Amino acid sequence: MQIHKHDAIIIGAGGAGLMAALYASKGGADVAVVSKLYPTRSHTGAAQGGIGAALGNLDDDKPIYHTYDTIKGGDYLTDQHAAKILAENAVDAVIELEHMGLPFDRTSAMRISQRRFGGHTREFGKELVRRACHAADRTGHMILQTLYQQCIKNEVTFFDEFQVVDMIVVDGVCAGVVAIELGSGEFHIFHGKANFFATGGWGRCWSVTSNAHALTGDGAAIALRRGVPMQDMEFFQFHPTGIYRMGILITEGVRGEGGVLINDRGERFMERYAPSAKDLASRDVVSRAIYLETRAGRSIKNRGYVHLDIRPQTVNRYFAEEGKDRSDFIDEATVERKLPDILDFCRTYLGVDPVHEPMPVQPTAHYAMGGIPTNVEAEVVIDAAGTLMPGAFAAGETACVSVHGANRLGTNSLVDLVVFGRRGGMRMADYVKGVDWTPLPKDAGGEIHAEFERIRNGAGKSRPGELRAKMQQTMMDNVGVFRTQETLQQGIDDLAELRERFYTDLHIDDKSRVFNTDLMEAWEFGCLLDLADVTARAAIERKESRGAHSREDYQQRDDDKYLVHSLAHHDGNWAAPDYQTSFDKKVDLSLWEEEIAQGIADDQQKFRPKERVY
Amino acid sequence: MDVTFKIRRRTPDVPDQQKPYWQEFTLNEVEPTDRVLELLHRIKWEQDGSLSLRRSCAHGVCGSDAMRINGVNRLACKILVRDLGEKIQVEPILGLPVIKDLIVDMKPFFDHYKQVMPFFVNDEPLPADGRERLQTQSDREQFDDSTKCILCACCTTACPSFWANEQYVGPAAIVQAHRFIFDTRDQAGDERLDVLGEPNGVWRCRTIFNCTPACPRDIEVTKAIGEVKLAIRKGSTDGIIQPDAIH
Repeated sequence: MQIHKHDAIIIGAGGAGLMAALYASKGGADVAVVSKLYPTRSHTGAAQGGIGAALGNLDDDKPIYHTYDTIKGGDYLTDQHAAKILAENAVDAVIELEHMGLPFDRTSAMRISQRRFGGHTREFGKELVRRACHAADRTGHMILQTLYQQCIKNEVTFFDEFQVVDMIVVDGVCAGVVAIELGSGEFHIFHGKANFFATGGWGRCWSVTSNAHALTGDGAAIALRRGVPMQDMEFFQFHPTGIYRMGILITEGVRGEGGVLINDRGERFMERYAPSAKDLASRDVVSRAIYLETRAGRSIKNRGYVHLDIRPQTVNRYFAEEGKDRSDFIDEATVERKLPDILDFCRTYLGVDPVHEPMPVQPTAHYAMGGIPTNVEAEVVIDAAGTLMPGAFAAGETACVSVHGANRLGTNSLVDLVVFGRRGGMRMADYVKGVDWTPLPKDAGGEIHAEFERIRNGAGKSRPGELRAKMQQTMMDNVGVFRTQETLQQGIDDLAELRERFYTDLHIDDKSRVFNTDLMEAWEFGCLLDLADVTARAAIERKESRGAHSREDYQQRDDDKYLVHSLAHHDGNWAAPDYQTSFDKKVDLSLWEEEIAQGIADDQQKFRPKERVY
Repeated sequence: MDVTFKIRRRTPDVPDQQKPYWQEFTLNEVEPTDRVLELLHRIKWEQDGSLSLRRSCAHGVCGSDAMRINGVNRLACKILVRDLGEKIQVEPILGLPVIKDLIVDMKPFFDHYKQVMPFFVNDEPLPADGRERLQTQSDREQFDDSTKCILCACCTTACPSFWANEQYVGPAAIVQAHRFIFDTRDQAGDERLDVLGEPNGVWRCRTIFNCTPACPRDIEVTKAIGEVKLAIRKGSTDGIIQPDAIH
């Protein structure tokens, strides 16, 4: 196997990976980015509505308000210290993106334009605030393009279409990764002092998802198998507005611009579920409301979807009811200018023109709050005590720092990846100066090579596509928006059967070496399966409802027992793993503790965990 | 409905499949609203796992699945059966070396992209207040169209000038350059115009217009190339894009 040696190996070339690559290389490290996709194909590019930062360009705003919203949005499972860093660093990070040339939309004062987004308020929930900095409805595309452009300018080394399939851990130190060059099928070893996982999420565990086909959780699954526990896996966000049946995302920015959700009776039903924030309550709240409307027989034509209405006459009618000034009213041109991609998706895929007709939407599997545990410098943590795995770093959706807690706020995914990608990049630049190379083991890559030969030569009857579809269906049915002991157990049982078939009855058609996507998809299915399994197992053991995790048999949040992060451990047996989930990692409540220390009365404390009301 | 696919295939490391050949597949129970990508997946997942293609986002924003579908460059995830009919022919985009089935070598394409300095340049001191550089929304909108590019290569591989001369930078690279040349904050416009004024720059464009309808993002590619040509002729970007022409 060919060996490549670089100070810092970045795995994944989305926003977090490119940000880390840029800052590690600016800090003097020799960096290589290894990605299974061409960087511009990464899913950061699909993010639409905006990136939250308390710039205050249109409304009075402060990072501490953003911190508060993030913690409340996360149903108090958010680590408060990390949320504070997120909100404070967001301002600098967004300004830096502008300095790198990112073409944000502008205000009349020529500053970065901002829009409203779910759960983002000022003065601790007083009213919605315009905080989401946007570039039309393709903010993520602009971030991805801008970062890739800057990496080219800084001559960062890229290994495009190299898929990382294993992590090399020597005596508890991460010494590199193993990758397959897709164009040749050859195995390569990447020997790095710092190895940064930025491989994104695993929405492809579910059948209706906004996620790209590539989002198969490779990095998280690899780390899990090599001794890194997965944190808070039971929390997976369903975005309320995916295109009916297809799952393609319709940005929350539609509601940020005044769009409303309407049921079959023509009611703006969010008024009943979130009297204050209404359609801009946090995503878990809105997704549940859509399911409850469906159960009550009030979905459109009783088919499990509702309407998202951005028609100017609808929006302006509600604006008028709310006493908004006429200058805030929207017209067709505003919709065309601010939401061009959304209009394009609806016109292309549905034949629906949102300027004249409402859009059919349903909740879609969207974002992993959980993942590889890290500290705020993006260093990988492997237990409740915060022990580090030297040489291993992670940021973005694949990581859990944890700023999103039990439910992520809109725009905070982009904030997360630029803030912690940047911090991780800087940290790696320092880290690689102070450590020696960990020698590679003699058999590096041997085990994973054998696993690929097993998949390639499988003589069973089960196609990977069939197994994957079954997994996605059971996850949708049993580990979705609402869960019970029975559904979760059903999910776990179904996954066990699929695992059995994956290891004993697999068959792929393509036996060649060059671009063997049949082989890679089969291996990726194994990654999804592991992550689906730990998700269901963490979910069955968290007997409470919090954020995106809604147990119908335990409907209350239980702070006495469960104001803790879960950690799911894998015992290293790939074919038949034994999982253990522990609930002992403390949530950082430092902002609340400061309030207590300052003698602030209980009912005046902003950061005290309390019931969420929107 | 039933749909018949005719797909251009080759596998470089299987001896009897190295030369390109056509293969037909039939799919039943196809809906008119199905995307071609979904159907290619059905073939791959239900009939022949060796069918190879690139794809990721499946909704037209990542640019992975550019193919020639019924003779026109498209993203497979952004074209529906109802727009194509019951016979669908799929082949790799033209002008780039075919590696396997629908997968082409993108390196020449990205090399051209890198030639035009596709990155923001401004070496002036940052604003003293530590905030963003200022720009009017009207100036921002001048280059809005070219910011939509996803580097899928549909335009470049639809261009007869590129087919004839692979040294031509091609429409996509020019669109990428346009995005910076017409950004009032950028300072490297002259250097980019010099690159594009070379024989393999914009003058290879013969205004054939294949690129514009090929773009899955509805970028007015030929218009953008025309604006770059004008900027080279004038030696300046002033007045080329009229604010009132922005819709």
